[in-house]
Amino acid sequence: MKGRLSKRLHVGLGIFGLAVFFGSWQAAVSLGWLPGNMVPAPLDLGPAWLAEVRGGFWQQAIQDSLGHYSLGLLIGSTLGTAVGLLCGMSRILDSLLEGVIRLLRPVPGLAWVPFAILWFGLSTAGATFVIAISVFWINFYAAYGAVRGVDPELFELAAAFGHGGFMARLFKVVLPASMPGILAGLRTGLGQGWMSVVAAELFGVPGIGARMMQASSLLATDVVVVYMLTMAFLYAITDFLFGFIRGHLLKWQP
Amino acid sequence: MIDGTCVASLEEAGFSHDGGAHFVFRHVSLTLARGEFVAVLGPSGVGKSTLLRVLMGLVRPTEGQVGGSACAVGAVGSQGAGRRSRAMVFQDARLLPWRSVLRNVEFGLEGLGLNSAERATRAREALRLVGLEQEAGRWPRRLSGGQRQRVGVARALTVDPDLLLMDEPFGALDAITRTGLQDELRRIWRQTGKTVIFVTHDIEEALRLATRIIVLAGGPPAHIVGEIAPTDAQRNPETQDFAQCAARLRALIAH
Repeated sequence: MKGRLSKRLHVGLGIFGLAVFFGSWQAAVSLGWLPGNMVPAPLDLGPAWLAEVRGGFWQQAIQDSLGHYSLGLLIGSTLGTAVGLLCGMSRILDSLLEGVIRLLRPVPGLAWVPFAILWFGLSTAGATFVIAISVFWINFYAAYGAVRGVDPELFELAAAFGHGGFMARLFKVVLPASMPGILAGLRTGLGQGWMSVVAAELFGVPGIGARMMQASSLLATDVVVVYMLTMAFLYAITDFLFGFIRGHLLKWQP
Repeated sequence: MIDGTCVASLEEAGFSHDGGAHFVFRHVSLTLARGEFVAVLGPSGVGKSTLLRVLMGLVRPTEGQVGGSACAVGAVGSQGAGRRSRAMVFQDARLLPWRSVLRNVEFGLEGLGLNSAERATRAREALRLVGLEQEAGRWPRRLSGGQRQRVGVARALTVDPDLLLMDEPFGALDAITRTGLQDELRRIWRQTGKTVIFVTHDIEEALRLATRIIVLAGGPPAHIVGEIAPTDAQRNPETQDFAQCAARLRALIAH
């Protein structure tokens, strides 16, 4: 069983773990255990990052990717949550869409790339589409499961106090009761969205993924790693901010 | 206090989960007069809670009528003007965990055309009545079982109902808390003059609280096997009358 650590010790250990990771990595490259032309040394990443910043590539790539990410996340999460909520609440809609969902669900987001190119071309819309599809299903199942898990006795309570109508049940019972599950789906989608950004941009839409592809074709592995770490950093920020929002919305939970 | 005006009634009511093949209860007729405190007493699983849900309008009776000729539906206690005709207190308090105590009490007032300040004032009044005004801002999970039930009572009272329906509200509480809440409920009933129908399987609880006890037993289908209007002496647990009345009720339940 895990004991509780003080917050300071927890953070300290995390920083120490990162230092050991980067230190070992640097040592492995410096000592020749890893080939420098295949794996860049951590100390090479700073200059590579500075060169990208000075050329304006880094800022532009982030701006482009954030645009795809935000829009794709917004569309996919909103639609996924809405359809999940409605299917969870309506047996008729659930039955109606069951076959369609079973047909489409196993298709991975990346499989839609050819259609994205065909329908939208090498454009922001194409990348947004792929990201939206990949987060749609996460949010759909999170919301659907959360609604199905709502205590049926709460619906009786709502009916007893005059809130038996569809909209009253939705806003007074279903949404707040499902909020922990919906937010868990949104959080998973935040991570999945960044993964999809790379996939969506690999086929040429400008952004972090496209820049990584260009760098890898020139064997500039240090630049590739710079963008990998950039993405990890951006994910950490979005997850951190989301944690604040989640904490505020679920302050009633223990 | 009891003025004979009909607040709610059942006429030859029966309920079946399977459309009439098997009835939970049948041929149940009763009339609740304004100001009465009626206990529906019976063994567990006999259909007391279902009877209450039929009266509340949460489920339709399979046969018979709610309201009936003696008490036309909607004639008494129609909803509107910031109130509801009926309100229910559940066995498990059933508070919404994402709402503060005050917002839980306001739940029934929403949709009645009151603004937020009016709702908060009404909810605070109800909380004061049950002695929980200080807990208005707390989350339900921070409350004890007894406090949670009192919030459930406040939520029902705040809509100013003609009829308060209580489904074994103190059934899950320890004996000391239960006795305290019974006294409190009796005080609130006297103070507000509300008509109360209270479901219980506890003979002592029924005797302590009610002005009239209806015994639902037998079957299935269950039916009303008798009723008693206890005197003050019969309500006092320290008297011989109480013991005799309890024995009579026990015999009726075993019917």
